[in-house]
Amino acid sequence: MTTTQLPSRRPAVPATSASPHTPRHRRPGYLREQLSGWGMIAPAAVLLLAFVFLPAILGFGLAFTNARLISPRPVEFVGTDNFARLFADPTFWRALLNVSYFAVVVVPVQSGLALAMALLINKKFRGVNFFRTIYFLPVVTSMVVVSLLWLFMYRKDGLINELLSTFSFGLIQGADWLNDPATAMPAIIALSIWQAAGFHMIIWLAGLQSISGELYEAAQLDGASRWHQFRYVTWPGLKHTRSLVLVTITIQALGLFDQVSVMTQGGPLDSTTTIIYEAVRSGFKQQETSYASAISLVFFVLVLLISAVQRYLTREKD
Amino acid sequence: MNKRFTRILATSIAAAALVGSLGACGKGSASATSDGTSEITMWTHNAGNPEELAAIKSVVDSYNKSGAAKAQIKVQAFPQDSYNDSVVSAAAAGKLPCIVDIDGPNVPNWAWAKYLTPLKLSADLSKNLPSTVAKWEGQTYAVGYYDVALAMLARASDLKAAGVRAATVEKPWTKEEFQDALTKLKALGKWQYPLDMGTAGSGEWLPYAYSPFLQSFGADLINRDGFQSADGTLNGDKAVAWAEWFRGLADQGFMAKKSGKDSTQDFLNNKSGLLYTGSWAADKARTALGKDLVVMPTVDLGNGPKVGGASWQWGVTSGCKNADAAMDYLSYSLKPENLAAVAKATGTIPATDEAAALLPAFAEGGANRIFMEFSRNYAVMRPETPAYPFIATEYGKAVQDILAGADPKTVLDKAVKAIDANIKSNGGYKN
Amino acid sequence: MLVRIVFAAVAAFPIVFMLVSSLKPDQQIFGDMSSVAAFLPIGNISLDNYTAVFDRVPAARFLINSIGVSAVTVVLGIFINSLCAFGLSRMEVRGKRVVFTAILATLIVPFQTLALPLVWWVNQLPYFELNGFSLEISKGWLDTYQVQIIPFIANAFSIYLYHQYFESIPKELDEAARIDGAGWFKIYRQVVMPLAGPATATVAILTFLPAWNSYLWPLMVVQSEELRPVMIGIQYFFQLNVSWGEVMAYASLITVPVVILFIAFQRSFINSIASSGVKG
Repeated sequence: MTTTQLPSRRPAVPATSASPHTPRHRRPGYLREQLSGWGMIAPAAVLLLAFVFLPAILGFGLAFTNARLISPRPVEFVGTDNFARLFADPTFWRALLNVSYFAVVVVPVQSGLALAMALLINKKFRGVNFFRTIYFLPVVTSMVVVSLLWLFMYRKDGLINELLSTFSFGLIQGADWLNDPATAMPAIIALSIWQAAGFHMIIWLAGLQSISGELYEAAQLDGASRWHQFRYVTWPGLKHTRSLVLVTITIQALGLFDQVSVMTQGGPLDSTTTIIYEAVRSGFKQQETSYASAISLVFFVLVLLISAVQRYLTREKD
Repeated sequence: MNKRFTRILATSIAAAALVGSLGACGKGSASATSDGTSEITMWTHNAGNPEELAAIKSVVDSYNKSGAAKAQIKVQAFPQDSYNDSVVSAAAAGKLPCIVDIDGPNVPNWAWAKYLTPLKLSADLSKNLPSTVAKWEGQTYAVGYYDVALAMLARASDLKAAGVRAATVEKPWTKEEFQDALTKLKALGKWQYPLDMGTAGSGEWLPYAYSPFLQSFGADLINRDGFQSADGTLNGDKAVAWAEWFRGLADQGFMAKKSGKDSTQDFLNNKSGLLYTGSWAADKARTALGKDLVVMPTVDLGNGPKVGGASWQWGVTSGCKNADAAMDYLSYSLKPENLAAVAKATGTIPATDEAAALLPAFAEGGANRIFMEFSRNYAVMRPETPAYPFIATEYGKAVQDILAGADPKTVLDKAVKAIDANIKSNGGYKN
Repeated sequence: MLVRIVFAAVAAFPIVFMLVSSLKPDQQIFGDMSSVAAFLPIGNISLDNYTAVFDRVPAARFLINSIGVSAVTVVLGIFINSLCAFGLSRMEVRGKRVVFTAILATLIVPFQTLALPLVWWVNQLPYFELNGFSLEISKGWLDTYQVQIIPFIANAFSIYLYHQYFESIPKELDEAARIDGAGWFKIYRQVVMPLAGPATATVAILTFLPAWNSYLWPLMVVQSEELRPVMIGIQYFFQLNVSWGEVMAYASLITVPVVILFIAFQRSFINSIASSGVKG
């Protein structure tokens, strides 16, 4: 039982037991591999098919009808009417603007903060467990409690403004955060980052764990400084984690709903409404199921495009 | 490490077995609409409200034990906030119970959707508070045990210090008097905002609490002649006047654009001087303030003081296989002693005078009798149309936008446009 | 170190507020909110709110339901999702790129879109019940435990996480095992999965959370009180007269299991950096 030296991350073409000239599908065990492979993929795939694809298609299909949540009238096919109405609705465009604003700020800031936190607790030192748990607490706390507290803190006479004026020696007078259309979104952004950074910290941690310690040792032997170690060992090693974090934060950011629903209900003056909030509002509260489905379909396509662009931009430049 | 994985594998197999067995014994009993005979299910919205739930359960128990019970009633309680969503989902899946309770203004909508069947009760509903009987297109679909009323609460000591007369049912405050009272209260300098109208609320609170002011101005949510359009009613001059008055309260610093999360608590903690809330808060306030509490009618803004009407009501679903038993139970539950028991437990206004006579607080001269007067004299039902849920959301949003500073006419026009379009796309909500 | 402490203070203060408020009566919670006292356990401190919670809500039952449902979802999920990721990353399977992309696409569908069609669809599915010695088949999964679990076992996020992690485990190990005569499942079980500790810990905690926090779905499909999870329980406190102290007490109660789980899995988050070699 010897420890072998870890090779570089992308090993060379794996040796096969047949000669290089045998076509792949003639390799012994090929059929077995196919079957085993499908056997392994199947349970998850079937579950996803049944419980995500099917209802999604049903749901998206409703976008082309005039279905209502509660209605004795039969459902009729109306083609693209819902979409025409959607694109003519200024609230939708405002929602789109809002989520874009949200995403553009949150994605870098939250992932950066999460990475910083992960780096801070990726060492072994006394009390590291304590810090790790504390950093994760915002994620675990119920949204009800979080929103109640932050609602109060954001008041004109609330904690946030008090802290601001204390730390700036009275220079900065805080605003009425949630009631001013200009500051409501930044307030929600701050709250969201605070709440979710811990979640992505965990993902970064898993990624950091997969970087071999020997690379760090080698770098240290070469006399690299902490910053150089980060730049040449850590950062490249996190390439895959990076794309995962980026994708999930973007999707979560574009799908912002909970905080808005509890704290501002889309206001003031539509400054915090989001695409999903509009979908839930029209689908569940206003009973316009088909319109909500149209919104969801547009959302889906939008996020698909953005993710595709992201993957393209961050693809492996091999 | 290998051991660990085997352990995980074993756990998951055990878990799967657990799921299987849990599934077998875990299938809930909530919607057991057994074919007709011995048991029918009733859903209600008051899980987490032990007093109300206990009161309902005791009525059910006494019915079940009485020899005349046509079926055994089983109660399933849901939390209030999410109750409607649960019912709608069950309806979407085709699995509603026999008896449900419904928030009053939703009755026409559910009746139109054919969730409810018209009531055939042996009880006489003519003496009920009108706001406790829900009708649509000439048929009665739901009946309530109680109602609630909105009022203005204040401390007598504060009013005296500010030199403000306490409003009474005979002489409520006029618009000018209200303005005067607020100015004087603010001059006391005791609170940042003398008036608390619960502007942090959302959902059904917004139309329930603020559309009565709209109606007191002479406007309304929709033209009640036919319920086909809100144009001219919700966006007419009177409506704009209401909006400007409402926003003016915040602009002049009398009330917060967004109040605290619990207005009653803030009032009791002396963060405000005048509280606009419902009769459900009266007992709590009375316990805290004792004789210093004064309950006043809401403001007369031109067309008389108005308060919302109709609270939770009971109906029978159209898929019920034993409607006879359901109707029988409902008739039973409307007996005065039962109504009185429920109203007492919940601190609400009982639906009939007979029941009120059984409760000292609501009998003549009782501490809460005044709420009954409010309900009888001022209550206006929210529009009895299937379009109501949509109207409610549009109006709610309009209120929030108006408070946030948007131009009232624009906001109201937008709401009217949406409402009219919605009514049209539903074929006028005709049956 | 100072930075760590600052971050910790920022992260922790709402939890402190929640815990402290759960000990105070309602009036004091709102009274204290305007000052630092909001975070201090002073004044009229007692456990009254907690006893009230158990009176108002079958909290123990809800906790058991949530723990059960979430745990089963996570455990089955770990198994099924890692298996899928293994097949997608380490085996030569025709069409796996397409399958993988399709699986990732499910990350994008917002749950609210799925909810209503899923309720209808789930109610069409047959259901097996053991009644004495006979196997009964009835229709509809509404109001059961499995409806809270099964739709959520397969999870694109977990698959993706495992996939990325597996990519970083060298394929030579598979070859070595195969030469030793191991079948694919054995490689999965004895070679790859044991090395995927951090990924498993990450997946466990990151899928437990959404399962624990699920609110919309149970609202729609669970009708009996015996089957409800903890998040529905919170709604019990928001009646006409809200009892904020009890809300805080309840919220504190339901935070505890997740924190415990997190602490238990923490160790796996940090490997020993010195020995990430491979034992042959």
